[in-house]
Amino acid sequence: MAQPALKGFLRVLSTLCCVIAAGLISACEMQQWNNPYLSAESDENILYSSFAARPKHLDPAQSYSSNEVQFTAQIYEPPLQYHYLKRPYQLEPLAAESVPVAVYYDADGNVLDDNADAGLVAKSVYEIKIKPGIQYQPHPAFSRTNPDSNDDTFSYHALSQDQLDEIDVLGDFAQTDSRELIAADYVYQIKRLAHPKIHSPIFGLMIEYIDGLLDYSKVLGKQLESDEKAWIDLREHALSGVEVVDRYTYRITLKTKYPQFKYWLAMPFFAPIPWEVDRFYAQPGLTKKNITLDWYPVGTGPYMLTVNNPNRQMILERNPSFRGEAYPNEGEPGDEAAGLLVDAGKTMPFIDKVVFSLEKEQIPYWNKFLQGYYDSSGVGSDSFDQAVNISGGGDATLTAEMTDRGISLLTTVATSTYYGGFNMLDPVIGGYGERAELLRRAIAIALDYEEFISIFNNGRGIPGQGPIPPGIFGYEEGINPYVYDMVDGRPQRKSIAEARALLVKAGYADGIDQSTGEPLLLYYDTAAVGPAAKATLDWWRKQFKKINIQLVIRSTDYNRFQQKMRDGKAQIFSWGWNADYPDPENFLFLLYGPNKKAQLNGENAANYVNKEFDHLYESMKNLPNGPERASVIKKMIDIARKDGPWLWGFHPKVFSLQHEWLKNTKPADVANNTLKYKRVDQVARDARRAEWNQPVLWPLYLIIVALVALITPAFIAYKQRQRASAISNSTIGKPA
Amino acid sequence: MLAYIIRRLLYAIPILIGVNLITFALFFVVNTPDDVARVHLGDKYLNEEAVANWKAARGYDKPLIYNPGASGFDKFQQTIFFEKSAKLFVFDFGAADDGRDIGYDIRQRMWPSLAIAIPSLIIGLLINVTVAMMLAFFRASYIDIVGVIAGVTLMSISSMFYIIGGQYLISKSLHLVPISGYDEGLSAIKFLVLPIIVGLIGGIGSGTRWYRTIFLEEINRDYVRTARAKGLFESIVLFKHVLKNAMIPILTGVVVILPILFMGSLVTESFFGIPGLGSYVIDAIQAQDFAIVRAMVFLGSVLYIVGLILTDISYTLVDPRVRLS
Repeated sequence: MAQPALKGFLRVLSTLCCVIAAGLISACEMQQWNNPYLSAESDENILYSSFAARPKHLDPAQSYSSNEVQFTAQIYEPPLQYHYLKRPYQLEPLAAESVPVAVYYDADGNVLDDNADAGLVAKSVYEIKIKPGIQYQPHPAFSRTNPDSNDDTFSYHALSQDQLDEIDVLGDFAQTDSRELIAADYVYQIKRLAHPKIHSPIFGLMIEYIDGLLDYSKVLGKQLESDEKAWIDLREHALSGVEVVDRYTYRITLKTKYPQFKYWLAMPFFAPIPWEVDRFYAQPGLTKKNITLDWYPVGTGPYMLTVNNPNRQMILERNPSFRGEAYPNEGEPGDEAAGLLVDAGKTMPFIDKVVFSLEKEQIPYWNKFLQGYYDSSGVGSDSFDQAVNISGGGDATLTAEMTDRGISLLTTVATSTYYGGFNMLDPVIGGYGERAELLRRAIAIALDYEEFISIFNNGRGIPGQGPIPPGIFGYEEGINPYVYDMVDGRPQRKSIAEARALLVKAGYADGIDQSTGEPLLLYYDTAAVGPAAKATLDWWRKQFKKINIQLVIRSTDYNRFQQKMRDGKAQIFSWGWNADYPDPENFLFLLYGPNKKAQLNGENAANYVNKEFDHLYESMKNLPNGPERASVIKKMIDIARKDGPWLWGFHPKVFSLQHEWLKNTKPADVANNTLKYKRVDQVARDARRAEWNQPVLWPLYLIIVALVALITPAFIAYKQRQRASAISNSTIGKPA
Repeated sequence: MLAYIIRRLLYAIPILIGVNLITFALFFVVNTPDDVARVHLGDKYLNEEAVANWKAARGYDKPLIYNPGASGFDKFQQTIFFEKSAKLFVFDFGAADDGRDIGYDIRQRMWPSLAIAIPSLIIGLLINVTVAMMLAFFRASYIDIVGVIAGVTLMSISSMFYIIGGQYLISKSLHLVPISGYDEGLSAIKFLVLPIIVGLIGGIGSGTRWYRTIFLEEINRDYVRTARAKGLFESIVLFKHVLKNAMIPILTGVVVILPILFMGSLVTESFFGIPGLGSYVIDAIQAQDFAIVRAMVFLGSVLYIVGLILTDISYTLVDPRVRLS
């Protein structure tokens, strides 16, 4: 009786094995089991990228973070943009006909010279003419019940509950339409910056410049008091500083001279928003379904967001209404040799679709890049050694594994600065007396940022000699003479002996305060907590220990740390700044007295105040780039170096890797609308993916064999026990 | 039974109020609305007016729990507690701090969580019960000893090891499934295989050990001896009699987690890029979006209580001796 059962079992098992094996063999014909995308996409002209955290805002009045701008910059078109290839960065027209030139007026309305003193300027006027014929992406907000009419009878501006019930995402709207971009759309968006419910991050800054913006906000606020949920048609309220001149021209009036304003015109904050779109999204029923302008942007740019599921994937697709734009014909020296001018003059964009997948963890992200499923990648600290070799001279090269895969490395110094700061209001470390100055200088020497960059940043950075990073006008190759010496043509940090000598001069010989006889205790305030921060904090302690100063770490949470900084209660801290625009003013204002953080809530975190520096800043701010401005900047940096409110920290280097099939990539830290320039050779990509991702099946066969080998004796043993007599020595029935 | 359920539901109210008060205190007293506003608005160019506007737009400018400026019941209604916490009792989750509707997001994100949790639970239960039954059958033999050692070893290893090891072996080295990601419909299967396998392997050690103990306890009872004495096949003894009688402790473990399955797994969803509720909570914590965290904590408490009530009810279904009163 047992024999047929065993035979039956073995028959079932062998059939199962055959079925699995047949399935696996047939599946071998299908390539790339690990392909996270649809196989049908392989022929399409798609770029694959990722994002680590879902963007908070895609409304151009609100979005500011780099992970938001990577989307908004492809969709919205402000009047200006940066030249993709030229360095230093140059502004050029995008939607505008030309880069506007400010006209300055005095209090009597007389036109002033371009170089007029800022004190004489009562207003600056920018008149911006946009290109006619630019069309918006297709969108239901533009759809009219009677497409031939120009009246305001829009299909979806007053949605009924029945209509709402059928809508879940924006793509559920049956009709879409487009319309031409007009100057009034830019004016509408600038008005939105003042809307009390939008909370634009630059509102606080812009009220200092745009005439009437603060009053405009108050007017809107008053209207909201009567009905806080009502939609406000901003066309009905005039803003004195912004007006429509004609269909394609608008005018912005600033209350003062502010030459840096033109850089803001290259940011999505100043992109157009049509009133129809604002009206459409203001419907409460859509908000309840999370269909908002903050979620579904509407622009005139080369791409439009067709899928917005930031929990998984965001997809940009070519905007069918996009007019086309020519790839640059010229760049900086070396661009032609780097193949960056191969597509010169060709119509952009080159890529039809860009798929961004949510990738929170480094390991899957990095492995997908190596498998060819992402076209480019950053270099995380986990994968740094696998990807990059740093030579003794600090030069970065790719490892053999990367070069074998045809991967290339792009490096650039970011337009950022990470610095340590001294609170100049602090009675010990702050102030402008010689004692504190010498103490700060000794610490600046002792704090070895070269070591910091090497240990914590894999060598990716250059020590700061001043606040301005490379690539920004005013940056100089020289050294900070208070911290470095030039030895054999290279900067060399001064010795610890010199730092100790400075301490002696300051009255802190061997870390003892000579006036009290007590050891000098200093405090480092930080939001870094937990085991991950321990190495960095230990490094900080060790640096101070070199000059016998005890450093006490005051770790706290981010909110408390920010509060301390606002109150001017921190003593020594770390801080950073990413450029908003490529102008030295955007870095030097970090040391401008009236911009101090304590009391005034500015960006001068060290609360540094030096009248001469401030005076020079005010002059530098309004000068055009040239020898005069460079000279003023040099003086300012010299003053700041002497006073030493910062430990000058470092300017980070950005490393990025790209596969050989991705073309026209050039690091552009300040420019964000770079997708349109890129091109993908999808044939090469498909070939490489197929080569790299063949499924390896033998371990599966091995597992099946192992399972059979395990199950068969167990089954045999089971059957034997079933057949065993009740009085045998079987263990069945015995207590465990 | 109805009276019992109603009584249990009434007991839940003070528990939920307690949970609500604790989370409210944590999020609004420890972390002030000003802090929340600053986190959301960012550091650059931030001024007090922007903070005030942000708070006003989200109702964070009201008093915390008592509004002396209001009249009548509004003294309690026109407060942050009523607006942000008390409304949770009617499952009005409100809007996240970035303006999105939380209820909508929960409804969208519960499905990917369930897509992992339900197969993991069912397949895991089948495997664990089968293996445990096999170990009980071969108790005190070398198969049992090896099985127990393997079980202890598997349960001693961190779940992170299984995740990273699984990704390395199955996706990176063997190229069998995508290393992470998610898709809609049937296309989701290839993304679910790895997290489910990892979850099963990670849970098999503790699961089989637990069920083996239950089965061994049952297997020595008199009714089992009687069944064998009647000459029943061992498979019938085990699957018909032992398993049925072991259902109460099994149900205790399984039914209680059924409702909270859809809350998702924080770690698994993050590592495999699954857009479920687990990663929703992680994202909210990282973004300091306490409206979401508060809603999810409340929802988790409600579901846990529901799970306990369901467990009690299920006792009566598998054991007629149990009566709820």
